Amino acid sequence: MDRRKYLKTLAVGTVGTISAASLIESCKPEEKVKEAVSTFTIDRTPDELAHENKLLADKFFDEHEMKTITVLVDIIIPKDDVSGSATDAKVPEFIEFIVKDMPHHQTPLRGGLKWLDLQCAKKFGAPFVDCKSSQQIEIIDAIAYPEKAKPEMKQGVAFFNLMRDLTATGFFTSKIGIDDLGYVGNKPNQWDGVPQDVLDQYGVKYDQKTLDECVKFDS
Amino acid sequence: MPGFQIKKNPKKYDVIIVGSGAGGGMSAYVLANAGIKVLLLEAGPMYDPAKNVMQLKWPYESPRRGASTHFRNFGDFDAAYGGWELDGEPYTHKDGTKFDWFRSRMLGGRTNHWGRISLRFGPKDFKHKSVDGLGEDWPISYDDVAPYYDKVDKLIGVFGSKENLPNDPDSIFLPPPKPRLHELFIKDAGTALNIPVIPSRLSILTKPINKERGACFFCSQCNRGCTVYGDFSSSSVLVKPALNTGNVDVIANAMAREVLTDNEGKATGVSYVSKDDMQEYEVSGKVVVLAASACESARLLLNSKSAAHPNGLGNSSNVVGKYLHDSTGSAMGGFLPKLVGRKRYNEDGVGGMHVYTPWWLDNKKLDFARGYHIEYWGGMGMPGYGFGFGMQGTNGKYPGRDGKQKDAGGYGASLKDDYRYFYGASFGMAGRGEAIAREDNYCEIDPNTVDKFGIPVLRFNYKWSDQEVKQAKHMQSTFEEIIHKMGGVVTWGKSGAENDYGLEAPGRIIHEVGTTRMGDDKARSVVNKFNQAHDCKNVFVVDGGPFVSQADKNPTWTILALAMRASEYMIEEIKRQNL
Repeated sequence: MDRRKYLKTLAVGTVGTISAASLIESCKPEEKVKEAVSTFTIDRTPDELAHENKLLADKFFDEHEMKTITVLVDIIIPKDDVSGSATDAKVPEFIEFIVKDMPHHQTPLRGGLKWLDLQCAKKFGAPFVDCKSSQQIEIIDAIAYPEKAKPEMKQGVAFFNLMRDLTATGFFTSKIGIDDLGYVGNKPNQWDGVPQDVLDQYGVKYDQKTLDECVKFDS
Repeated sequence: MPGFQIKKNPKKYDVIIVGSGAGGGMSAYVLANAGIKVLLLEAGPMYDPAKNVMQLKWPYESPRRGASTHFRNFGDFDAAYGGWELDGEPYTHKDGTKFDWFRSRMLGGRTNHWGRISLRFGPKDFKHKSVDGLGEDWPISYDDVAPYYDKVDKLIGVFGSKENLPNDPDSIFLPPPKPRLHELFIKDAGTALNIPVIPSRLSILTKPINKERGACFFCSQCNRGCTVYGDFSSSSVLVKPALNTGNVDVIANAMAREVLTDNEGKATGVSYVSKDDMQEYEVSGKVVVLAASACESARLLLNSKSAAHPNGLGNSSNVVGKYLHDSTGSAMGGFLPKLVGRKRYNEDGVGGMHVYTPWWLDNKKLDFARGYHIEYWGGMGMPGYGFGFGMQGTNGKYPGRDGKQKDAGGYGASLKDDYRYFYGASFGMAGRGEAIAREDNYCEIDPNTVDKFGIPVLRFNYKWSDQEVKQAKHMQSTFEEIIHKMGGVVTWGKSGAENDYGLEAPGRIIHEVGTTRMGDDKARSVVNKFNQAHDCKNVFVVDGGPFVSQADKNPTWTILALAMRASEYMIEEIKRQNL
């Protein structure tokens, strides 16, 4: 297929998507899982599909833990003028998946959530989610700044660092987050160098050898 | 065991090729186009980047946002199946040494993953013992291979720039892409430090070269497989056209067990186990070409024992598996404060760096032998798993958008803005250097262990020497100089003597070669200068195994050139009925 035709095909979006659901159905009907979670648009080997569907069918966090995670991720990445919040970007769902995919996150997160609830219970007489939002922020302030945190809060700092990492990754890899970040690639284009205004901004330019030898485009 | 039988394929092929990566793909292509009937055995499934699509997918199309898995070690979007460990296919180590073995069982093999870095070896690279007394010279010279490099350039396509460097010969180049912003900074720093930074040399089509393959559309995702075949992978560029000749049959999921030989010791075919039905099969051919990867081909030879070849096929020299060597590697990354808050534009470019540094120094003035080249990356890439990790290590170090220094870490709207502000200001670099091929770095058959197919597995014995450690040390000081000259800050990768200056474990660079090295002396080498086994004239090895030394270059372009050369020789020998 030539490139022009290909770009056209891409534009209407008919290139190579496979439905995992239909594959599963054709070979192992007993493993059929919820359609909503079993459709992949990326290449999957049969081994991968079996693995994905097992992960998607499993559940790690209980209701209370998920509720706590939901409050935490929106404290870390709230809605602002530019874009929605972490929960708008389905970060809690991402975290639920990633701990099943990467079991090394399970204990630090489950234990960290428990640690947080115990701190809140001691201090405010209620688990984190049932605290007033000013109380929630008070405890978060004690663990969100690694260089300022008191030594006895270090376990909380480690937990919050992990929560911050996973929240940021979950958010900025979502559609909302990518738009927010302003990443404008992942589409067919002709790379013709750094835009002139950016070159000017940094006081750099392409030397003559580079201009002479590099690829030029007709249109 | 009831029903155990070996199924014999009645068809007799002219040539059976084991493995469909760079070497096997090239052999299949050359032989099939000469009208020779070829059977291609591949240990993994069929694969076509136009059908098994990963290209132009978004991070959220992977539930793990592109993170690597056991099934795809280079990330959920990477085209290459497999990785360092395969279920039921172990390998072992001797005396606590380390070697990591990357295997990708699929049509096209590891060409589905590689960085498309396509460097010719230079004149010195074939005769390095004559230069520094270490290792061994090749039985061939640059002039022997140059015509094949030319043909590979034209057939497959590579971009780059004419530089007339003495040991980094120019290819027949397509035009390179212009450098990205951070690459301009790297180039300026390099120029100030007398370190050359020139256009990279990648097998990506910046211009179309035929009707079957489209030109690059600059998505930077070569490692995901290209749906328009705008870059080189063996499956799309060699195997597919080879199949179109009608002269090639492919059997996928066929795990080769042994090369079969007759009483005189001549190869008669290959036995394999099918992963589809776990049954045993035999296929017969007049010539057997091994292209299963340096270590896998050595394993096959060593496992092919017979009365005529009691020490393994082609191993009367006892050299099979020895002289295993991988590239050295060390890396460092930095942060460029002047790039914070940068303007957004699409800087994806091609899949990989637009500039690189070829080896530029004279080893006579250094405390180690052999050189390295430097690869660079950075900029405003597509976010994936790991994006934003460790912000507490950045946002407390540099003033934010309002010019004020804040406390590291944090949360909320201010933190959210930090991710935007610091995006695209990181970059990194890695050295890839030449290790010395030594007899005591080897793979051999583990006497105690078999894989799930009952095939005896490889056991590795590999140690870096002082040469490689000192080279890594030099890489590190070079990287630091470049980063500082750019006005950057080193953020990761700085290592000291306690961990060999970041020198990666052997195998990690996936350039392992040398296990069936070529030579004129059959007592000290496995194949002759046409990749033909000294002990068995109808067996050839066309992967990285025959490399005598690996150079500070990526091996693929040389594997392709030598496989083409060996295949043309094979055609002549078949015509003369010498095989």
